[in-house]
Amino acid sequence: MSLTLPTYPQPDARGRYGRFGGRYVPETLIPALDELEQAYNAAKTDPEFLNELARLLTDFVGRPSGLYLAQRLTDHAGGAKIYLKREDQNYTGAHKINNCLAQALLARRMGKRRVIAETGAGQHGVASATAAALLGLECIVYMGAEDIRRQAMNVFRMKLLGAEVREVTSGTSTLKDATNEAIRDWVTNVRDTFYILGSVVGPHPYPAMVRDFQSVIGEEVKVQLQDLEGRAAPDAIVACVGGGSNAIGIFAPYAYLPPAQRPRLIGTEAAGEGVDSGKHAASVAGGRIGVLHGSLMYLLNDAEGQIVPPHSISAGLDYPGIGPEHCYYSETGVAEYVPVTDAQALEGLQLLTRLEGIIPALESAHAIYHAVQLARELGPEGVIVVNLSGRGDKDVAEVMRLLDLEAQSPEAQSPEALSSAAQSPEPQREEVTA
Amino acid sequence: MTATLTRGAERLHAAFARAQAEGRAAFIPFMTAGYPTAEAFPAVADALLSQADILEVGLPYSDPLGDGPTIQRASEQALAGGTSTRRTLELVGALRQRHDQPIVVMTYVNPIYAVGPREFMRLAQEAGVDGLILPDLPPDQDIEIADLAAEHGLAVTFLIAPTSTPERVRLVAEACTGFLYAVSVTGVTGAREGAALGEVPAMLALARQHARVPIAVGFGVKDRQTAHQVAQVADGVVVGSAFINAIAGGQDVAALAADIAAGCRRD
Repeated sequence: MSLTLPTYPQPDARGRYGRFGGRYVPETLIPALDELEQAYNAAKTDPEFLNELARLLTDFVGRPSGLYLAQRLTDHAGGAKIYLKREDQNYTGAHKINNCLAQALLARRMGKRRVIAETGAGQHGVASATAAALLGLECIVYMGAEDIRRQAMNVFRMKLLGAEVREVTSGTSTLKDATNEAIRDWVTNVRDTFYILGSVVGPHPYPAMVRDFQSVIGEEVKVQLQDLEGRAAPDAIVACVGGGSNAIGIFAPYAYLPPAQRPRLIGTEAAGEGVDSGKHAASVAGGRIGVLHGSLMYLLNDAEGQIVPPHSISAGLDYPGIGPEHCYYSETGVAEYVPVTDAQALEGLQLLTRLEGIIPALESAHAIYHAVQLARELGPEGVIVVNLSGRGDKDVAEVMRLLDLEAQSPEAQSPEALSSAAQSPEPQREEVTA
Repeated sequence: MTATLTRGAERLHAAFARAQAEGRAAFIPFMTAGYPTAEAFPAVADALLSQADILEVGLPYSDPLGDGPTIQRASEQALAGGTSTRRTLELVGALRQRHDQPIVVMTYVNPIYAVGPREFMRLAQEAGVDGLILPDLPPDQDIEIADLAAEHGLAVTFLIAPTSTPERVRLVAEACTGFLYAVSVTGVTGAREGAALGEVPAMLALARQHARVPIAVGFGVKDRQTAHQVAQVADGVVVGSAFINAIAGGQDVAALAADIAAGCRRD
């Protein structure tokens, strides 16, 4: 596998996507961001770096991931063909590993022996811990106390991989607070620490760098779809967005094509209990422009600028902002962002599991749900690619709990497939937190 | 660099000059607005202002990533008590009626955007705020904020850190109209064990080549002794978390302020 990192027309030299993005961080970090930008720009064209990354993506991660025609899901939807880009096949179970390996390689190249990361659902934490173990780096992962409870298995994985998991109890004890703590650690230890940021958020150059490292997803789709359908671009691409890294990875290789050649790009936002309920994580549909974690973006914040705690069934989408490039896509009409509720995501998860034998992450289930609706709209001539960003192993305990609640209603079906996959998560949970 | 000094900048510079003439570094205590409660805050501010050359009032914010746990907890408590952006400016407005010293407001940029930069500056001007300290706004990020502040008579303060390159020091120093805030350590706010001058003298020497405004030093200054060390090299000394810790611990803020203010005297 040869590797070339893409070059896109955004952001500008100041790290702006239109008016979004930038570097709203303490001055202490500005020189580190300059240093990172220079190191990244040099690595981007260095054959040694690219070859090592390519080798790891192939032999360690297992790329390319499949592009799979979900025939039974397609039949069920009764419309466009639905393909799944199988990022769930990646080692560690999600797209996050693409970016983590690349950033960890960059850290080593820059001589930084200590890496830090933030994590919500734990996928980025596990991927960071994995990359650090592989490259012999010290790794510290910040995680909200609430998420530690929800994702005990991933916490244990990180510890097994040799990472230190630091519980964050400030603020709302979730991903945004874990990110605050990671930034504080970085401000304090900036001279010898590399911050492996997990999404297309944060100060420049992170959104651009993470996008570039995740673009392998969309670049592979171009080639695979050409083989399967005789064309590089589908009619539509659907991907879930929290911060937005899996979505940007599959969108960006298409986003800057002329409008006539560009597929519809659709990001599914976590609408929680509904955008009008106030309990959601839909930053485009329900937020307004603000600054968090170093970047100007759509943000859940109140009239006086206090961050509004997000809510989602999925810890991985439970973030009050969305990456600046997505904001730019939304404002310029390059991509659409649609809300999908907790209940709809749960429906998407069950549908894919029953029909295809694939248990998706709750994050990806948001995209699955919308793809089924969209397939009907596009009709049988259409082709849709859904980014199946991660597998659902981490979520089965939570899904089991939710479906047990739902099972009390008579029309609910019994979730054999899910409960057998869960295999008594409670004892494991106790073991981990003991 | 603005050609003419704003009202806020003039008042700040005068406060530094007065302290200088008395053989002191200016004493700049910090307190989170609405801490420990909106009702108790005015008395706390009065106690600090009995010793202060300049008062720094923190606008409570939900995600203060440049601050350590002490100030974050104070912010959470103030927000829970109903003190947010507009209320903070009202509290400052009330202090302005009773005190003549300059008052600067420390705020993250998001509350400014949420209220609207122009509206925020108008409210700040009305309240009698003299300047803004913007911990997550490097001056090359958003020129509009500084320009709007100047239009409304407010001075702006940006920060330099030990990691700042000479080019950054120059850029930040030239953008400041109130005073330059030098962060003594890499890290967030909060009292530290063994805080010493460390890199501060070298950083200040560099900054003085470019700054046309006074230079204050903060982060980790917590008592008379550390204040005294800093006062030997800086024009102003900022002390924050120590006062919040004092309130949380039931100590006498006025006495602590007097002690630290005495430490600001130069040898």
